[in-house]
Amino acid sequence: MIAIVDYGVGNLFSLKSSLSMIGAEAMVTGSAEDLRAAKKIILPGVGAFEDAANKLRATGLDAIVTEQAQAGKPLLGICLGMQMLFERSFEYGEHRGLGLLRGDVVDMRGRIPESLKVPHIGWNALRFRQPDHPLFRYIKEGDCVYFVHSFYAANCEEATLATAEYGAELTAAVGSKNVLGCQFHPEKSGRVGLNILRAFCEL
Amino acid sequence: MITKRIIPCLDVKDGRVVKGVNFLGLNDVSDPVKLAQYYSESGADELVFYDITASAEGRSLFTDILTRVAETIFIPLTVGGGINTLSDFDRVLKCGADKVSVNSGAIRHPALIGEAAKRYGDQCVVLSVDAKRVDGKFRVFAKGGREDTGLDALEWIRRGVESGAGEIVLNSIDTDGVKQGFDLEMLSAVCELVSVPVIASGGAGGIQDFVTLFREIPKVDAGLAASIFHFGEVSIPDLKQALFEAGITVRR
Repeated sequence: MIAIVDYGVGNLFSLKSSLSMIGAEAMVTGSAEDLRAAKKIILPGVGAFEDAANKLRATGLDAIVTEQAQAGKPLLGICLGMQMLFERSFEYGEHRGLGLLRGDVVDMRGRIPESLKVPHIGWNALRFRQPDHPLFRYIKEGDCVYFVHSFYAANCEEATLATAEYGAELTAAVGSKNVLGCQFHPEKSGRVGLNILRAFCEL
Repeated sequence: MITKRIIPCLDVKDGRVVKGVNFLGLNDVSDPVKLAQYYSESGADELVFYDITASAEGRSLFTDILTRVAETIFIPLTVGGGINTLSDFDRVLKCGADKVSVNSGAIRHPALIGEAAKRYGDQCVVLSVDAKRVDGKFRVFAKGGREDTGLDALEWIRRGVESGAGEIVLNSIDTDGVKQGFDLEMLSAVCELVSVPVIASGGAGGIQDFVTLFREIPKVDAGLAASIFHFGEVSIPDLKQALFEAGITVRR
């Protein structure tokens, strides 16, 4: 069973459907018991960092997710859920993340040419930093995935698994042992996205 | 780099796709779920669903269809048609839509754009504009192009983006249905004006029109069409191949 953490942020419909499409049993849950019983955990997220981080803390699930990740359970953060795995975010101020990965979340404005539109929305190609990572088992370099974001993870060289070129190398996928994350939306990235989720489910 | 998007648009009424479709190898061509799946598998980058249903019964049928499409298709989905209130936003987003397109509803109640952007984020709000030349200026039309609103299209779009519209679909009534190519002049004016993605609509007659669009206006993000895809006049894999050969970045 894969637990999709429900802490009142975002629409989890597509994520749940995409998991059932690949034959994975998944539940959307906000219960600590379920997260502890699950084989794997997915931390989704959309919207603003501060609001999402506050909601996660208010439910007390931040502690459970951290405890389970530290115990070695595979954890996949998606989009804002990935950003929350890091130590800090500078989205409208400075906010504390879960600190499961080393690095910061920063604004792409000022780091990419002004001629490029922000948010970075659309299909962009993956460039692998760690081509042999199990998350990429069923996909290849150059495959396109779907992004929607204005902030991205920086100062996280060690954990960077893949990037996407957008006037700068934007962090696209991260991982350190059992803690993984993707900035893009695998549940909206067609066959490539489903193959990434399948690889995660098989970890 | 971000790829240029190709977007088929499906008009849905009473649970069926309107406008005849003429595919080979598809038995039920007016089943929106099958058609969506077909487009997704042939490499469409996104789908737009327009609800052109009038009755409440039709609307709930559309909601069911949307849910079934969203369960089957894992690419971004935009939904438009009859979006007048935040609860309309809520209704289609809960069915799995990623973006919601507003047109007449925003003309009647311009504050809708800002309210929706605040609640769901700019990236969720698409402003769809039907524009036509009147006395040498671009004017916004309502009711499927039948009613001149008197609004200046460029001014309306600028205000829309300021209020939080995260994307513009620009449908030129002048080129729509003519199949002689997109309205490059109008698109270019809008692309110079705003910094959010602009989707070109109206006028595509063949593959070359998309090549010309992306070559002539590098700032345009996507090309949208309906009948040329539905009637099989243009297949998405052929279109992507031609764009790739023309040096345009596409997802293949």
